[in-house]
Amino acid sequence: MKFVEPYRRVIPTLLFYGEGLVKTIAFKNPVYIGDPINAVKIFNDKCVDELVFLDLNVCQRRSKLNLALLEEISSECFMPLSYGGGISSVEDIIALNRLGVEKAIINSAGVLSDGFIREASLRCGASSIVASIDYKNDLFGRSRVYIKGGSQKTSWNPVDLAIKYQEDGVGEIMVNSIDRDGRMNGYDLDLARTLGNQLSVPFILAGGAGTKSHLKEGFDAGASAVAAGSLFVFQGPHKAVLISYVNQEDLIKAIL
Amino acid sequence: MIAIVDYGIGNIQSIRNMLLKLDQSSVFANNPKVLEQSEGIILPGVGAFGEGISKLKASGLIPALEHQVFHQNKPVLGICLGMQMMMTRSSEGQVDGLNWIPGEVRRFPAQIGDLTLRIPHIGWSAVRVKKSSALTAPLRDNSRFYFVHSYYASCADREDVLLESDYGISFDSAISRNNVFGVQFHPEKSHAFGMELLKAFACLTLK
Repeated sequence: MKFVEPYRRVIPTLLFYGEGLVKTIAFKNPVYIGDPINAVKIFNDKCVDELVFLDLNVCQRRSKLNLALLEEISSECFMPLSYGGGISSVEDIIALNRLGVEKAIINSAGVLSDGFIREASLRCGASSIVASIDYKNDLFGRSRVYIKGGSQKTSWNPVDLAIKYQEDGVGEIMVNSIDRDGRMNGYDLDLARTLGNQLSVPFILAGGAGTKSHLKEGFDAGASAVAAGSLFVFQGPHKAVLISYVNQEDLIKAIL
Repeated sequence: MIAIVDYGIGNIQSIRNMLLKLDQSSVFANNPKVLEQSEGIILPGVGAFGEGISKLKASGLIPALEHQVFHQNKPVLGICLGMQMMMTRSSEGQVDGLNWIPGEVRRFPAQIGDLTLRIPHIGWSAVRVKKSSALTAPLRDNSRFYFVHSYYASCADREDVLLESDYGISFDSAISRNNVFGVQFHPEKSHAFGMELLKAFACLTLK
């Protein structure tokens, strides 16, 4: 199957936890990396393709959406912005859209309330909804989906869940390998190839990117877009924090 | 002042944010009076065509909009679904549009020969100039815009097409007839490229 793809999208992912941005390894040990508004301004100046902003506070504690912070972020963000964390109703999505966040990333609620992805896609428009799937491999090598910020295991296999979400009418799917999160040694290319063959909606590959060539590997395996955290916030062998973004022209050369 | 039509749909704040950055004053319009006081109008929209049209009808703003556009000749810019609603009808639920610019809204084909299209078309695409206009005058060779859509507009009269883009097929990415303008992409989410386009629209409202 040959796919037509637009311009290859590279998406920096920002994690908000406590009072600032953090980066995790395997969804654990958050390291403070900076102020969210400042980071958004940097990515904005660099003309990034898109930003994903995830709120771990809300994911793990199921508190209310931090709309004040999102409003501030959105006011500085002249690029596509997706938000994930605690979204559980169509009203949440409408509130986000009104603030200028055009894509809602739904994770736990998609598994916990069957039919939510379908309802959200129908009422808010499929292209406003990203169904997000976090997964890790167990001791027997089986892949299982986790919800609530990686804290709760489910019986779903990520490929089956992605296909179900596609059938529910979602506009885009994001898959994130918990095992590979923050390791910077490459994406789960096997999963990318499987999804590349089985999905007809776009999908975003996340978890593990450490170099520009990892991004290219992700696209070559079939991903429609690739997301990365560490790659854009750590610099050098000692992982010094430096929020940056490779020059857009260099990036295009690297991923083509 | 630019009125951003507020009928309960669309990322209206992000349009306002970009206009703010351009030092262009704007206001959310949910009643005819605000439309009347404006010098130009932006009709935003995301989501399904049927839902968009029924919300716009329910807002009661259509007669006032048509008065401002066709009798006061104010420039109006439709964005994404806002542009699609300006067309005659959509195959998304077989719903009639505003018919400000004749044409149809159709779904992207899933398959073209041996090519498969992932739908929606989400991402950045280039544009080709088909007809010069004040709105698109600032575009550069490397201008690219952010698109999110499963349906595309197709003008009945090719003279109404300002820009075309490709996603498996060629489609109309910016259209215009007199003072009515529409863009399929999101200028408010397209960095400097979008900012230039919105600035050009803001200039039109000053005339």
